[in-house]
Amino acid sequence: MMNRHQLPDTLLMGYAAGALPEAFNVVIATHVSLSDEARARLAAFEAVGGAVLDDDAAEMAEDSFDRMMARLDMLPQANARVTEAAEGIFPAPLADYVHRDGRSIRWRSIGAGVKQAILRTDGRASVRLLRIPAGQAVPDHGHRGTELTLVLQGAFFDGNKRYGRGDIEVANEETEHTPIAEAGEDCICLAATDAPLRFKSLIPRLAQPFFRI
Amino acid sequence: MSQDQSETDWAALVMRVRDHQDKAAFAALFRHFAPRVKGFLMKSGAGDTLAEECAQDVMATLWQKAHLFDPTRASVATWVFTIARNRRIDALRKSRRPEPEDLPWGPEPEPDQAEVLEMQQDTERLGAALAQLPQKQRALIERAYYGDLSHSEIAEETGLPLGTIKSRIRLALERLRHHMS
Repeated sequence: MMNRHQLPDTLLMGYAAGALPEAFNVVIATHVSLSDEARARLAAFEAVGGAVLDDDAAEMAEDSFDRMMARLDMLPQANARVTEAAEGIFPAPLADYVHRDGRSIRWRSIGAGVKQAILRTDGRASVRLLRIPAGQAVPDHGHRGTELTLVLQGAFFDGNKRYGRGDIEVANEETEHTPIAEAGEDCICLAATDAPLRFKSLIPRLAQPFFRI
Repeated sequence: MSQDQSETDWAALVMRVRDHQDKAAFAALFRHFAPRVKGFLMKSGAGDTLAEECAQDVMATLWQKAHLFDPTRASVATWVFTIARNRRIDALRKSRRPEPEDLPWGPEPEPDQAEVLEMQQDTERLGAALAQLPQKQRALIERAYYGDLSHSEIAEETGLPLGTIKSRIRLALERLRHHMS
């Protein structure tokens, strides 16, 4: 099953609920930064969280109120904005991860001209940048878990569907696909998975343990 | 969902905190929301002491970031939920949460009252719709928001009826498009 452009409700709800691995959160926060539609749907799922929170209460400690009020004068004012809009192809939440160590991206070749750069997250899933040369196919691969692929630059085709900047493809166990980068410009994607990908051709499979695909 | 939600104008209280560092307004917000945040965190797996401390931190954030609250985009309960959720991810899951880029425009100093009212009414509709769900389904949705379900469990089990949130999505999208044009 595949869904073009749109993120399934369950993933947006999972993100709103704070139930997803950090690697997925990076992709979804980036996608929402690029899509009004996803932003509107996310707001609705967060509103469900508001209703859940508002529905039930626990007893506060006896001195809680006094301690809180005493604390107020010591709290510094927060900055006017939480995130600054980023320049270039990386929206702010992603730029944060890409430039975390103040270094430029370290692309590593994974064969067939495709390069990747793994981003550091909490380890329950993995997320990487992929750079696919214009016109180049990514080896056919299936998945054991859920894979999210968000286009940041250029475009790719999967079958007759085209995915451009901001579009997201969700693949799962039943999906066998061969994304092909559109001619003209290298395609840069952000891809997260909660299981290792399995490539069908021999060499990428052998390379898998070395390259953490 | 609770009765006082419709009786008290929480958004107006947050505006008073924002504009005047109004402690009486904050006290009212604390009395209503702090116990709810604490309850939410305990159901998310925090012990009493940790939940108490985190609830205080969440309310401190409300005091400090009142200028970031936009009553035309979210209810106070929703905004407090997002702060509490992020505190939970930080304190309980020891993980980071990347947030979407802010919109290029911030909250208006004088939000459009009709828009604020529309948002409040939609919040009440949503609360009522959730309250009317079959008990089993509602419990699953609650567990999802307590961070108790994995993504695949959410996919298999909750099945939140889209009708419940449809008007909310339409409203949010209209607002975004209006600002863009």
